[in-house]
Amino acid sequence: MSIVVDKSGPFTHGSNNVQRTMYTVLAALAPATLFNLYLFGWPAIFLFLVTMGACVACEAVCVRIGGGDSDRALSDGSVVITGWLLALSLPPWAPWWVAVVASVFAVCLAKHAFGGLGQNVFNPAMVGRVVVLVSFPVQMTAFVPTKPLFSAAAPGFAESLHITFGRAVSLDGISAASQLGFIKTELARGIPVSQSMGQLPGLSDLMLGFHPGSMGETALPLILLGGLFLMWRKIISWHIPVAMLATLFLLGTVFNAVDPGRYAGGAFHLISGASILGAFFIATDYVTSPVSKSGQVAFGAGIGLLTWIIRTYAGYPEGVAFAVLLMNALTPILDQHFRPRVFGRTRKGEPLPLKGDK
Amino acid sequence: MKLFPIMGGIHPDYRKEMTSEKPVVALPLPAALYLPLQQHMGAPASATVAAGDRVRKGQLLGRGAGAVSAPVHAPTSGTIKAITEMTAPHPSGLPTMTIILETDGKDEWADLPAPIDDPFAAPSQAIRERVAASGIVGMGGATFPSAVKLGLGTQHKLEILLLNGAECEPYLTCDDRIMREHADAVVDGARIMAHALGAPRVIIAIETNKPQAIEAITKAAQPFANVSVAGVPVQYPMGAERHLTQAITGRETPARKLTADVGVVVHNVATARAVHEAVRFGRPLLSRVVTVSGGAVVEPKNIEVPLGTPVAELLAFCGGAPGAKRLVSGGPMMGQPLPSLQVPVVKGTSGILGLTLAETRESEPQPCIRCGSCVTYCPCGLVPVEMASFIRHEKLEEAAKIGVQDCVSCGSCSYICPSHIPLVHFFNYAKGRIAALDRDRRKLEQTKALVEAHNARLERLAQAKREAAARAKAAQSENTDAGRANA
Amino acid sequence: MLIDVGSLAVMGVTLGAVLGTAAKLLAVPTNPLEDELQALLPGSQCGQCGFVGCSQYAAALAKGNTPITLCAPGGKGTIEALAKKLGVHADTDGHEDKGPEVAFVNEELCIGCLRCIGECGADAIVGAPKQLHTVIADACHACGKCFKICPTEAIEMRPIRPTIAAWHWNKPGERATH
Repeated sequence: MSIVVDKSGPFTHGSNNVQRTMYTVLAALAPATLFNLYLFGWPAIFLFLVTMGACVACEAVCVRIGGGDSDRALSDGSVVITGWLLALSLPPWAPWWVAVVASVFAVCLAKHAFGGLGQNVFNPAMVGRVVVLVSFPVQMTAFVPTKPLFSAAAPGFAESLHITFGRAVSLDGISAASQLGFIKTELARGIPVSQSMGQLPGLSDLMLGFHPGSMGETALPLILLGGLFLMWRKIISWHIPVAMLATLFLLGTVFNAVDPGRYAGGAFHLISGASILGAFFIATDYVTSPVSKSGQVAFGAGIGLLTWIIRTYAGYPEGVAFAVLLMNALTPILDQHFRPRVFGRTRKGEPLPLKGDK
Repeated sequence: MKLFPIMGGIHPDYRKEMTSEKPVVALPLPAALYLPLQQHMGAPASATVAAGDRVRKGQLLGRGAGAVSAPVHAPTSGTIKAITEMTAPHPSGLPTMTIILETDGKDEWADLPAPIDDPFAAPSQAIRERVAASGIVGMGGATFPSAVKLGLGTQHKLEILLLNGAECEPYLTCDDRIMREHADAVVDGARIMAHALGAPRVIIAIETNKPQAIEAITKAAQPFANVSVAGVPVQYPMGAERHLTQAITGRETPARKLTADVGVVVHNVATARAVHEAVRFGRPLLSRVVTVSGGAVVEPKNIEVPLGTPVAELLAFCGGAPGAKRLVSGGPMMGQPLPSLQVPVVKGTSGILGLTLAETRESEPQPCIRCGSCVTYCPCGLVPVEMASFIRHEKLEEAAKIGVQDCVSCGSCSYICPSHIPLVHFFNYAKGRIAALDRDRRKLEQTKALVEAHNARLERLAQAKREAAARAKAAQSENTDAGRANA
Repeated sequence: MLIDVGSLAVMGVTLGAVLGTAAKLLAVPTNPLEDELQALLPGSQCGQCGFVGCSQYAAALAKGNTPITLCAPGGKGTIEALAKKLGVHADTDGHEDKGPEVAFVNEELCIGCLRCIGECGADAIVGAPKQLHTVIADACHACGKCFKICPTEAIEMRPIRPTIAAWHWNKPGERATH
């Protein structure tokens, strides 16, 4: 045996690695995604594939330009997650070029311009979504009611190709608003939330996903299940999701109690929009969230607060993406201020006083 | 017994089953033993023999030099072949002064000091002197001279002697076997040490993955009211001194203080056995139990090894270790890689591991994904990800500010890192580098002080000369004046 | 419009005046950097850097027209400290660090001339006329002045051997330096 002393211990390692982590996340997303692809039919499937393909292509190009090994970069699976989450955040019937633009911004700008995996400040998928949301508000808010695959209402294969890849398909006839958008427009027309809520699908339909919205905004039980799976596999901890959802729920409940005509309730906030997906899959993105547990609680609570503020007061009906990006910017500061206490030291870093010492 | 939680920590694959049921066997006497004069923390021993001397088993070969040091004895009888520099069992591969003893196979004992008849009536000083003269050091791997640690009772009010049988390192079973096979010796040694320390209580802490050891020690401790056994949870690094103290007593040792400051002294079980041998029979530390294990080792074993045995002979006794990717002295978490197969077993060698690539799961480092696992699992409350990134950019002061010197190098962060970043290696580098810079700075300050003193002296001399010259001149002019007046 | 332009102009002039006066009033007369830099140097005036003494080297460093890697007795530690103070990158790769050294007197050759003792700025050499001189290794900082002045070449600069106690791991991925 040849002896090389080139590294210090430990000389054993856990079975975890980056790939396994990333693929576990994908596995957790898979059930909800499959169900949503079924709900929204062929256009959604095409859009999903276009987004993934564009993200992977961007990654390969960026890594090659940077002189890296693109095969290796692709195999870590991080770009697949970005593409996947991005696809879930788009309206299922959005045209292909929206997906491509979003992918370019997500991967090239948000990720590689900052230095690649682990270096990005902002969540790439959310940067992609926000860029297209502010650039193409019409396409990004044209939601369709669910039309499950093979159902009578669902568009056929050829027609679907036309929806995704065709030029300027008018969705006027079929478009619908997401529930958050709906109550916002109704409120603007002077109709109180308490009244407009009555016209929304029932809570159970909302939960199950039979309502218009982005793919990731529906099929909540499956997304929740995926999130719990990640917790069980110890990929994520409870801190960010619980802090975010609890804050959102609390604010919703308290303000709803104060003025039900102006403010939607806590439960409604939890099950609408991207709350659940955001809490478990987007806010918990390793790279852009704080590393310490206390920092994660603050981070999650911040997202919950900002989401509620944006949903309630801002021009956009949904605020998770914005809230996540805003808190991403605060992550380095949170990392600095929320550290664990060092063994044998006080929070300030002084050695613990001995008994009898002053 | 009520236990207290410790923060962080991991649950590595223990793989102790490879050797845990293998009773300790004796190694056939090697043809030559290589005994470094430094097998302990502190100053190296100074040789008391010369090449050509015939020595007998237990005879002193090197005397401890200074307050923190330990002597070296002949593990068997034979002839001193040489005292020369040889590769140390240390990752640096640097040479260390080594006594080479050619064994004669007679294993003839030298005259040993008389046993201390009733150690519990003997003064603490007598026990400490015996332990010091027997060359006993911390056998868990730290190799701090035990006698010095037994003197802590003189400055601290101690309540508990905590005997460390946690053996939280994977693979290692030497302490487990010692506790099972020599329970009475361990308990006796512990009681003697507690007496020397002036500590009224003895608690023997054993991880619960060693039920037979717990049973054996509990039985041996039965007659003594002040000795109790605590089964501690299986959680690496439970065996770290400060963490074990916290788990048992709930007391957190302040940074830069000793556990003795919170009334606890921790000793290893193998050390207790050595103390028993030294006090009851006058035998110095001549051998130790070593676990030879790892996937590459053909026949893993627990072996009673004379100190100074080359690692190669140990591996040969175990059928060799073909295909070993890493050769480690100690456990896989905190053990040190060995520079050569020819280096000897020393007092702190608890294990020799021949590990395959499949076991080490080594892999090229990937970019950090900031998963925060290292923060979650750090038993010291540090932020390894941040420290490593500072160190990567050579910002050692910043790393020190967030506590790199509080890191105990337990390896939990490196073990758990999905990107296989050698975090502990970064910290080992930083700690060593900071210490080196510190030495440089002190040297520079010393030089400056010397130079200033030198310049001041020159200045004084010059001043004196000037004054003398002035005086001479004054005297001269006075003379001339007087002469003129006379004239 | 006129009011806008006027008010901005007035503001600009006033603030400019305030800044200008402040710069004059609060100006630091000497260059403190020089003193700070000199404090980082060994102060043995060995001249190996090519300057007459440490203060001249410090002055040159403060002006920024000399490399920071010239101080041989200071070693890497000093280079890094200087780099930090000056806010420049410590490019120690180009610097040929011959490692720590110590002066050693060869007994056979020493004639006891006392010249090295006079030369040593740190009083690290002891001896009497016509007697063998010895270097106190602890006090020697390897400035090399004794080495240069010895008439019989009895002094050699020996590398200090690395010890296990002083050894430490390299930065991951870097080649061993010891």
